[in-house]
Amino acid sequence: MRAAGLLAAVGVLLLICVASIMIGAKPVPLGDVWHGLFHNSGTGNDVLIQELRVPRTVLGVIVGVALGLSGAVMQALTRNPLAEPGLLGVNAGAAAAVVSAISFLGVTSLSGYVWFAFLGAAVVSVVVYVLGGSRSATPVRLALAGTAATAALYGYVNAVQLLDSAALDRLRFWTVGSLANADMATVRSVTPFIVVGVVLALLIARPLNAMEMGDDTARALGAHLNRTRAMGMVSVTLLCGAATAACGPIVFIGLMVPYLVRALTGPDMRWILPYAAVLSPVLLLGSDVLGRVVARPSELQVGIVTALVGGPVFIHLVRRKRMAQL
Amino acid sequence: MSTRTAKALRTPGGLSVRYEPRAAVAVVLLAVLTVAAGVVLIGSGDFPIAPGDVVATLLGDGTMAQEFIVEDLRLPRVLVAVLVGASLGLGGAVFQSVSRNPLGSPDVIGFGQGAAVGALTVIVLFGGSPTAVAGGAVVGGVVTGALIYLLAWKRGLHGFRLVLIGIGAAAMLTAVIHYLITKADLIDATRAVLWMTGTLDGRDWAQFWPLLAVCAVLVPLVLGHGRPLRMLEMGDDAAYALGVKVERTRLVLMGSAVLLVSAATAAAGPITFVSLSAPQLARRLTRSPGPNLAASALMGAALLLVADWAATNAFGERELPVGVVTGVVGGVYLLWLLVTERKAGRI
Amino acid sequence: MQQRLSAEAVTLAYEQRIIARDLSVRIPDNSFTVIVGPNACGKSTLLRALSRMLKPTEGRVLLDGQAIHSMPAKKVARTLGLLPQSSIAPDGITVADLVARGRYPHQGLLRQWSPEDERIVQESMDATGVGELGDRYVDELSGGQRQRVWIAMALAQQTPLLLLDEPTTYLDIQHQIDVLDLCAELHETQGRTLVAVLHDLNHAARYATHLIAVRGGEIVAEGPPSEVVTAELVERVFGLRCQVIDDPETGTPLIVPAARKTRARTPGAAAVGAARR
Repeated sequence: MRAAGLLAAVGVLLLICVASIMIGAKPVPLGDVWHGLFHNSGTGNDVLIQELRVPRTVLGVIVGVALGLSGAVMQALTRNPLAEPGLLGVNAGAAAAVVSAISFLGVTSLSGYVWFAFLGAAVVSVVVYVLGGSRSATPVRLALAGTAATAALYGYVNAVQLLDSAALDRLRFWTVGSLANADMATVRSVTPFIVVGVVLALLIARPLNAMEMGDDTARALGAHLNRTRAMGMVSVTLLCGAATAACGPIVFIGLMVPYLVRALTGPDMRWILPYAAVLSPVLLLGSDVLGRVVARPSELQVGIVTALVGGPVFIHLVRRKRMAQL
Repeated sequence: MSTRTAKALRTPGGLSVRYEPRAAVAVVLLAVLTVAAGVVLIGSGDFPIAPGDVVATLLGDGTMAQEFIVEDLRLPRVLVAVLVGASLGLGGAVFQSVSRNPLGSPDVIGFGQGAAVGALTVIVLFGGSPTAVAGGAVVGGVVTGALIYLLAWKRGLHGFRLVLIGIGAAAMLTAVIHYLITKADLIDATRAVLWMTGTLDGRDWAQFWPLLAVCAVLVPLVLGHGRPLRMLEMGDDAAYALGVKVERTRLVLMGSAVLLVSAATAAAGPITFVSLSAPQLARRLTRSPGPNLAASALMGAALLLVADWAATNAFGERELPVGVVTGVVGGVYLLWLLVTERKAGRI
Repeated sequence: MQQRLSAEAVTLAYEQRIIARDLSVRIPDNSFTVIVGPNACGKSTLLRALSRMLKPTEGRVLLDGQAIHSMPAKKVARTLGLLPQSSIAPDGITVADLVARGRYPHQGLLRQWSPEDERIVQESMDATGVGELGDRYVDELSGGQRQRVWIAMALAQQTPLLLLDEPTTYLDIQHQIDVLDLCAELHETQGRTLVAVLHDLNHAARYATHLIAVRGGEIVAEGPPSEVVTAELVERVFGLRCQVIDDPETGTPLIVPAARKTRARTPGAAAVGAARR
């Protein structure tokens, strides 16, 4: 049953990918898609597909996988349905590091950004986790620590942008979160990190199941708490850092998808993780396609669409919860 | 009874006012500090004036040049700073008290972003005048405030729910802000980012009078509701049992606070963290429970004056907008608050 | 029977969920009335309605012959006090200041603290045995002391009627008895009318002068515990088989649950199981 569902989800993902290749400022008919994918004859549509739409779609898929998995792992690690890399300041950390790199160190290439994004993401995720109360973290504490870090870091990002108007011009697009500037070089430079992150996440699915019942129970069941936690944090950092470096901060994907997936699969991480990995790119690419359609002839950046779609989901989640559980 | 508890001042006619000795001293001290910081700030700049001369000039005893600089250039800026700081401090105190959470202040839960969306819409989409931008900020702040309140309302208002919903709303509004900035051309974008940081540069009497009018109405209204607000801090049920009209009190206070914060934002941009930190610092100074409304307002004013002085003088040749200083200092303070509140087991 | 506080044919509901329909109840003057019943039977809801915290969707609650929801809030608060189940002591407040807040309904913007206020606050603290703690911070106190402080605050309100919503929850057994002794003393020496919701049926039977047993939003029985509390009633209200004997200390009814073997397959036990689910 759950396997069939997963297969169906993969089908939906393929459909969305095709839609993502077809839809845009210049629509491509379905018949040309196949041709363009495999035979670059140099005609307008073929070039468009190979140079723009395919990289954009591929990047959307891998970034979606990264965001969805990192959200699911983070929620399991913190036992907190509201844990989300974007809300917990990880993206802001990556953004602050990248801004510093651009403005002070003169880094201009993506392969340069990536390392700074990792550094920022790693530092901030540890700081927020510790400030949030590490093992005794409650959802409210974590969210507040994330907000505090985000506020302070974006304050810094704003200040840098003000003092350096060239950085502002480059950054104001990057800080939104967009797939629009995707190319195969970007895809190639982040893929290795994401692959490692995905493997790590899948490896800890079983111990995460145990940990969801509380540290003591997990220990009683023979799970290695510290090892799982460390692997989880490394995985989240790799996934978030790579995703943020590739297309800027995108919020709420990591919140929405695991939450919706849980309703489908129940609380078993061994199913949640694969489902999240397949459905997150569906949501991300779907949002991206939506952003291309609603604001024609220009487009809405995908980060804006996900925030606008995800905000209500988050608020719904908060309203639904009994406060005693928070 | 000892110094920890409140004292009373009574008249023969049977009227009485309750006060706490330490809090009263703190309020007086803060008022003195605000005035002193104001005088220093008026005196500093490219054309420095000694504090004594500033006072003399204000009393109508200065030279022509001094009078021009003090009364036409620097005094309005300082007065705007005082009112903005006081509004933010007072609004923050109300919000923290109503949400019963030090982090339930307007800048954490999305009002700043709401006001910013309003202002940026005017800047980017309509290229509006400064007055229109201010109007946009007020509308954006008030609409956001009403929406967050309605969404957080569910069989009573719960502080944590208000904070979390505010955080969600803030994330959405931030996305809108980013969208507006990417949509703008570089000149508008710079104007937008500058506005977003919050600055007192070039503030004059045109900003002062409307702000004064708003404060003249709302500050007494809020202070007058201070006693029922104290009762509210013990929980809705307890306040209700004591005869507080819970919903009405809360609505009046939140409405006033939203308006105060929006008006301040309209005048100077979203200056972050003053409404978060002023009430907290005030509380630590008075060591008194309860909203500490007057002390918070004065603390806000003093904080903003000091921050403005630092922004204009502490970085050598370079003048930074005051919002950068409050943003960085306040962000660090917020993190520190999280650590200490956690140790105290309050969050 | 005289009564200042009563509910007439009230329907009580939270949003769409109806808790009780067409419920009427009278609180006898100068009584220590205790409302008992199983979890989720509507006993706290009834107390909330009596204290105007919850507005009935139909019917009305009368205080001195007037509909309580149309009376001015402060006027009600001078007649009827309530100790809610959970209150929040503001950070860094002293005992004396917290108790002083009970005077709120008697004060005005320019009449904030009369000598009378001061005297009543001290008397309330003395009556609850926290007179010496005036300067202490409320956070520093033990659970039992804290509950006494809250009761002192409700006393300082100087209302002839006082409602208490589960005043003994979260307290150790000795503090529970402590608080109930205090309530009984207030009732006897000051002649106030007390209405309390209690969890423990034995406590209710021992301290109440008037007992109201509620089940499923309906009043099953009311009257003095010595007349009302029977094995049959306990089984009907709580679904528990038991014996009722005389309390060796006070002579009031004492409920002794039946042993496991005799209780095992009774319909009552099944009913409790069903209610839990």
